Amino acid sequence: MTVPKIALKNVYKHFGPKKVLNGIDLEVAKGESLVVIGGSGTGKSVMLKSVLGLLTPDSGSIQVDGVETTRLRSREREKMLHKFGMLFQGAALFDSLTVWENVAFGLIQGAHMPRAQAKEIAVAKLGAVGLGPDVAELSPAELSGGMQKRVGLARAIADEPEIIFFDEPTTGLDPIMADVINELIVQCVKDLGATAVTITHDMASARKIADRIAMIYEGRIIWTGHAHDIDNSGNAYVDQFVHGRADGPIKMQIKAL
Amino acid sequence: MGFLAATGRAFLIFLEATGRLALFTGSALSHCVRPPFYPRQILRQMIDIGYYSLPVVGLTALFTGMVLALQSYSGFSRFQAEGAIATVVVLSITRELGPVLAGLMVAGRIGAAMAAEIGTMRVTEQIDALSTLSTNPHKYLVAPRLIAGLTMVPLLVVVADIIGVFGGFLVGVYRLDFNAASYINRTWEFLQPVDVISGLVKAAIFGFLIALMGCYHGYHSKGGAQGVGAATTNAVVSASIMILVWNYLITGLFFSTK
Repeated sequence: MTVPKIALKNVYKHFGPKKVLNGIDLEVAKGESLVVIGGSGTGKSVMLKSVLGLLTPDSGSIQVDGVETTRLRSREREKMLHKFGMLFQGAALFDSLTVWENVAFGLIQGAHMPRAQAKEIAVAKLGAVGLGPDVAELSPAELSGGMQKRVGLARAIADEPEIIFFDEPTTGLDPIMADVINELIVQCVKDLGATAVTITHDMASARKIADRIAMIYEGRIIWTGHAHDIDNSGNAYVDQFVHGRADGPIKMQIKAL
Repeated sequence: MGFLAATGRAFLIFLEATGRLALFTGSALSHCVRPPFYPRQILRQMIDIGYYSLPVVGLTALFTGMVLALQSYSGFSRFQAEGAIATVVVLSITRELGPVLAGLMVAGRIGAAMAAEIGTMRVTEQIDALSTLSTNPHKYLVAPRLIAGLTMVPLLVVVADIIGVFGGFLVGVYRLDFNAASYINRTWEFLQPVDVISGLVKAAIFGFLIALMGCYHGYHSKGGAQGVGAATTNAVVSASIMILVWNYLITGLFFSTK
């Protein structure tokens, strides 16, 4: 039996009285592109952050390449994180650094590569996401939202990670730029042969990126299946989400808890 | 019962905050002495704290020294003790006013900037991004600021001491008509190494506290712009109060007569 690249078993996490992850079970195979869909506040981001160790789950198991990661010491975790690249929702570029320094950050600080060599790679990665070398010396504040996302993507792939996480990659972008980002994601993941996990509530994005789709609701995975089965899931929750209907089993929470 | 519950809750919150600050300090200190180090970050922070704070600290020290000479003259002349002015100025500046006023000015300038920068990094997920790039945020963000605060504020205070004493000299010689040579003589006459050293020890501790409070409040800021604003205020207020409290404690240690 092949070991899944990422495996979450019975993962729980709560913040105060709010149970955010409520027994998550999910496996991602090596080289697969999994998209996790779900509404706001259903636990998508918390799940990703738990895998990365940015949050510690209350209970349950998270394994990467068969190795339990929930109790790693900080140095071991840093080593484990070399396998990961992540594109954050707001790009999360370091605004005290130039664009190329952002892209090369993991290479210089993490892999201790000489700056000149890291800059060459950064410029090449910027080229891979459709940005010219003239952008390299700019500061992130001088870029549009779409360009920032591309730089974030270049940073995520710079160290050629085995696993890439995409947190709402198309949020806040116009439909054309969103499609450009989706295509770049598909291309970059294919070129690297990486395992990808994307969380989104944008169905166009999910259909374009996913090999497999999982739906999260109230902190649990309620459906998983191939991307082409999403329209025939036979699950009322998935149908309501995919078609964006107000009526259905998912009741929007109007008041804060 | 309601009153007791509220008191208990406040006390628990206080204990929790103290524990969190102690853990944060311990972790940050351990990262200050364990490699890898980030010399570029340390240099950047040193320039920010040491070089760019020079004008504000210098001006504060100059006018403090000047006003100290004027006030001492108007007070001491009542009992013909004008000769002690130079000594009063140099001792007040080196022991107390140099480190405390420089500390408070740096807390306002640097503590606020640190909390705002790190707080913004927190709410825009830049700190999470650092972690995913295999870089420990305590090591990359906090340790360089602590090292820079600890080393640069004493240097600033050396400058503040010199400028403050010079301010007193200017007023003494050009406004109060003291003889320049005798003013300088008087300045040196009763000055002891411990006066300057105690001020520099204070400055190092103040620098550390300012950076610690800036980093701690920024690192734990929540929400958006409002959270960053609150972190900035808390950083400056807590650093200022700690400076005043520690100033008393260190003075007690150095100059206790009992």
